[in-house]
Amino acid sequence: MTVNLAVSIGKLKLKNPVMVGSGTFGYAEEFGDFVDLKNLGAIVTKTITIKPRSGNPSPRTCETPAGMLNSIGLENPGIDKFISEKLTELLKIGPPIIVSISSIGDPKEFITLAARLDKIKAVAAIELNLSCPNIKEHSRLISQNPKFTHAVVKMTRKVTKKTLIAKLSPNVTDIVEIAKAAEDGGADAVSLINTLGGMSIDVKSRTPKIAMITGGLSGPAIRPVAVCMVWETYRKIKIPIIGMGGIMDTQNALEFFMAGATAVSIGTGNFINPGLTMEIIRGLESYLSKNKLSGINQLTGSVKT
Amino acid sequence: MSAKKAFNTKAKLISNQHISGNNWHALLRVPAIAAKAVPGQFIQVRFSEGIEPLLRRPFSIHGARGADISIMYEVVGTGTRIFSEKKAGETLEVVGPLGNGFDISLSRCKGVEVSILVAGGMGVAPLVFLAQKLSTISSKLETVVLVGGRTREQVLCLNEFRKTGCAVKVSTDDGSSGTRGRVTNLLENALRKIDDPECTMVYACGPKSMLKGVDTVVKKFGIPAQLSLESHMACGIGACLGCVVDTTEGYKRVCKEGPVFNAQELTWGERTE
Repeated sequence: MTVNLAVSIGKLKLKNPVMVGSGTFGYAEEFGDFVDLKNLGAIVTKTITIKPRSGNPSPRTCETPAGMLNSIGLENPGIDKFISEKLTELLKIGPPIIVSISSIGDPKEFITLAARLDKIKAVAAIELNLSCPNIKEHSRLISQNPKFTHAVVKMTRKVTKKTLIAKLSPNVTDIVEIAKAAEDGGADAVSLINTLGGMSIDVKSRTPKIAMITGGLSGPAIRPVAVCMVWETYRKIKIPIIGMGGIMDTQNALEFFMAGATAVSIGTGNFINPGLTMEIIRGLESYLSKNKLSGINQLTGSVKT
Repeated sequence: MSAKKAFNTKAKLISNQHISGNNWHALLRVPAIAAKAVPGQFIQVRFSEGIEPLLRRPFSIHGARGADISIMYEVVGTGTRIFSEKKAGETLEVVGPLGNGFDISLSRCKGVEVSILVAGGMGVAPLVFLAQKLSTISSKLETVVLVGGRTREQVLCLNEFRKTGCAVKVSTDDGSSGTRGRVTNLLENALRKIDDPECTMVYACGPKSMLKGVDTVVKKFGIPAQLSLESHMACGIGACLGCVVDTTEGYKRVCKEGPVFNAQELTWGERTE
């Protein structure tokens, strides 16, 4: 029995629902030895800002129980160099390229960036990173406020017809309220979830384990939080959800689909098993055929409650 | 795509032996990596299918012979403790060889090439592999190895260095073996006798404080050095940007542009642990 892994996210057609989380896959070339890159459902880039950013001081990461903290600080070459150096290579690979963007100062930077990318036909979609916790210039995240979330999505929507994805923070009172604000603002999909705020202390030296003191927690430790947020949001919004948070194998990915995700992103799992994306694509195929399901779509929101 | 090929593969643990103190030696059968590895490169090892430890751990390649590579490690935390409990015959998941190794060409040298290897504690691991390599490439090459440690127990691999035919000098902080004091004092003495800086290269691996000391000494004598840095890593393949070090050209990834850096490019500007 042939199974159909194809899914749609806005105008975007993916041949399979396995993507990579922004910031966890470099610019894809780093994984060339381990992954048949052309088989990925989509590739989401590291977040790009208008100006180049050197990122935060070291140490930037540390391991925590079933997870890790990071505070990279959106290190990236800036939009000009990204377009001239990285994008050309990314587009040669084949799968849709989703460019993640963020503002550092004025949220209007989202407009500038989206307008630039809108002119490049080959860019498949834009992900608005409204939720990076590691920017020293930010005291709050855009996606911690429904009004700001709505406003940023809406103003970006005006400058591009490309598929717009809003990546949201789990560090909120009510994720559904924020997701609805993104939907109302014109987002075609939401990515759930970015990292949870976290901190770890070396008690011997009485110092934080990462230089920026606090960072973003990712990995299996946050999976139940992510699955829960996908499930809560799925019942209240109409646009598709890209689910992510600690996916380490096919079973984990299936949880997200059953909770309501249309596609999934692999993040921290890429660091531990660089070939994980391919294993999950094969795993989903075999799950569908074993369970006599013709399409992955049938699984979305299929949890029995 | 990177020109250097790395593999994500399984490795059979051939042996896993305690050496001294908290120090261990492991031999892994992993032909693809053994065939490609050069001194200074490392592997990322996953100890369990589970989530403890979650991340892989990086280890310098200590040697490569036939189908096998060897690594050395110090038991310092959960990951290395679990590693030390693994038995011969068990399977580990390994990614490698990763990073850039030592550059052993001294293109401007017309005379006798002198290599000075400076090792602190577990920093001996990649330098034994380097000494073996140096002993095979040029008959006109002189190699001196300076090994330092806190105590006699921390001075490792002396016989392995001697087997490559190089001169070995030892220092310990407490004087329990060799000269009492820092290995950088031995380096200073050795560099005083150098008359052609263009034919001399210092290679060092060890704790950050030692590498910083090596940097100070080589700069005083105007001699180039290649320093192998250690860092906590998440991915080890250049994707996560978690292991950066401050250089004259901004942050660079220890796993990708390193782990071996030219001393001149390091600024030592980042927070010390």
